[in-house]
Amino acid sequence: MKRIKGNISEEHRAYLRKRRASTAFVVGMQLFILVQFFLVWELLARKEIIDSFIFSCPSKMWRSFTGLAKQGVLWDHVSATLLETVIGFLSATLIGLVIAVILWSVDPLRRILEPYIVVLNALPKIALGPIIIIWVGAGRAAIIVMAILISVVITIITILNGFLSVDKDKILLMQTLSANRWQILTKLVLPSNLSNIIAALKVNVGMAWVGTIMGEYLVSREGLGYLIVYGGQVFNLSLVMCSTMILTVLAALMYFCVLILEKIVKR
Amino acid sequence: MKEILRLKEISHIYHGKSGETKAIDGMDFAVYEQEFFGIVGPSGSGKTTLLSILAGILKPSSGEILRNISPSEIGYMLQRDHLFDWRNIDDNVTLGLEIRGIKTKENVLYARSLLEKYNLGDFVRKKPSELSGGMRQRVALIRTLALRPKLILLDEPFSALDFQTRLTVAEDVRKIIREEGITAILVTHDISEAISLCDRIAVLSARPARVKKIFENTIEKGLSSIERREAPEFSDLFKEVWKELEFTDEKDKGKYQ
Ligand SMILES: Nc1ncnc2c1ncn2[C@@H]1O[C@H](COP(=O)(O)OP(=O)(O)OP(=O)(O)O)[C@@H](O)[C@H]1O
Ligand SMILES: [Mg+2]
Repeated sequence: MKRIKGNISEEHRAYLRKRRASTAFVVGMQLFILVQFFLVWELLARKEIIDSFIFSCPSKMWRSFTGLAKQGVLWDHVSATLLETVIGFLSATLIGLVIAVILWSVDPLRRILEPYIVVLNALPKIALGPIIIIWVGAGRAAIIVMAILISVVITIITILNGFLSVDKDKILLMQTLSANRWQILTKLVLPSNLSNIIAALKVNVGMAWVGTIMGEYLVSREGLGYLIVYGGQVFNLSLVMCSTMILTVLAALMYFCVLILEKIVKR
Repeated sequence: MKEILRLKEISHIYHGKSGETKAIDGMDFAVYEQEFFGIVGPSGSGKTTLLSILAGILKPSSGEILRNISPSEIGYMLQRDHLFDWRNIDDNVTLGLEIRGIKTKENVLYARSLLEKYNLGDFVRKKPSELSGGMRQRVALIRTLALRPKLILLDEPFSALDFQTRLTVAEDVRKIIREEGITAILVTHDISEAISLCDRIAVLSARPARVKKIFENTIEKGLSSIERREAPEFSDLFKEVWKELEFTDEKDKGKYQ
C-alpha cells in the first residue's frame, strides 16, 4: 500500500488521529495491567496477605534469576531448552511437511495410512515417554524425540487437509497447461497453502515447548523444565516461578519470530 | 477447408460409487481450421466432458479423435479464470510457459505484447484481486494464448460476467482469436452469444449428449459481434436454434432467453 502524503482531507486526518489514539490506549492498558499484576503480587507478599513461600513474589523471583546468573548456569539452562525446542520445532515441521507431500502424491498410500494417522493423533504422546527413553536413551535425544512426536502428527493432518482442499478446477487448469504432478505441487498446492503452513507453524511453536518441557520433566539434568521440577522438589517456589517466567518470555519471542516470518513470506 | 479435428463415435461414461453416468453418446463431427465453432446444450448434458476429451485431458470410454494438431497446440480456457492470487498478472500470464519449460525471452515478450495490445499493459505488476471480472477473464485468455495454440477451447468463458461486460469481453475475445488466426470451439448457454460469435453452432441433446443438429451461421463474418446481433438473419437463426433446444428439454427453457 502506498501512503498518500500531503493532501489528505481534514476528516481523514481526524480519523487517523482517532485511530492512533485508540491504539495507544489499548497498548497503554496492556502495559498497565502487566505492571499492576506484579505490583499487587509484590505488595500482597510484603504485607503477608499471601504466603510468599507458596506463592513467591516478583522480588524473590528476581533474586532467583540473578542467583542463577551469578552462578553462571542461567545461560546453560536457557540454551539447553532453547536448542531442544528449536530443533524439535524445525524437525517436526519439516518431517510433517515432507510426509504430507508424500501422502498427497501417493493417493493409495494416503488411504492406507489414514486410520493409523488418526489413531496416532488421538494417542497421548506422553505415554510413549518410557519407550522413548529405552530406545534413544535418557538424554537430550529423548527430549527432542518427544518434542517432535507431540507435534508431527497434527502437522501432517493439518497440512495434508490443506493440500487436499485445493480447488479441483485449479488442478484441472494446471493439467490444461500440461503440468506434471511435481509442478502442480510446487506451483499450485504449496503456494496456495502458505497460510495453512504458517498456521501449522504457529501451532507447532506451542507444541514444541510442551514436548520439550515434558521431555525435560522425564529425563533431563539441565534446562528450564529441569529447573522447574527441581525447584518443586526442594520447595523453592521462587525458582519455579522464575523459570516459568523465562519460559513464557522465550515462547512469546519464538511466536513473534513466526509472525515475522509470516510477514516476510506473505509480502 | 482443412479439418483440424474429427470425432468418431465418441462416447463417455463416468463411473462413480452410486452408479454410472453416460455423459456423451456417439458424437461425430469435424471442426475446420480457422472457424469459430459453437456448442450449445442443456446444463449437465456433457459439454465440459466433451471439451476435456477434445483437449486430451480425459480419455473417452470409446471412439476416437483424429487430430491434425498435437495436444500441446490446444489451449483450454475454463469457465472461471483461476488466476493465482500469489502471482501478479505478468507471472499469471507466463504460468503456462513456465510449466512447459519454454519461458524464453521471446515468448515472455509475446505474452507481454498481448497484454499491451488488449489494454492490460498498466496492470502487469498488479495482483489479480485488483482487477475487474472482465479484465481477469482477458488475462486468463492471454495466459492460454501465450502458448500460441492453434485451437482454443472455451468453456462458457463469459458466464461469470454481467451482461454489459460480457458483450465487450466477448467482442474482445472474438477479435483476439480472429487476429491471431486461431480456431475456436466455444461452449455456451447463451444462444445469442453463440450466434454473435460462431460460424457454426452445434446443438446438443440432454444427457447423454448427442449432436442434434449443426447450424450454419450466414451472418457476415467481418462484422463485430455486436453488429452481428443487429444483422437481419440473427433473429431467424435464434428462433431455429431455440426451437431445437426447446425440443431437447422443456424444463430448461428459461435458461436460454
Ligand atoms: N468427474 C465426474 N465423475 C462422475 N460424473 C461426472 C463427472 N464429471 C461430470 N459428471 C457428470 O456427467 C454429466 C455431464 O457433466 P458435464 O460437466 O460435462 O456437463 P456440462 O454440460 O458441462 O454441464 P454445465 O452446463 O452445468 O457446465 C453430469 O451429469 C455430471 O454429473
Ligand atoms: Mg460445464
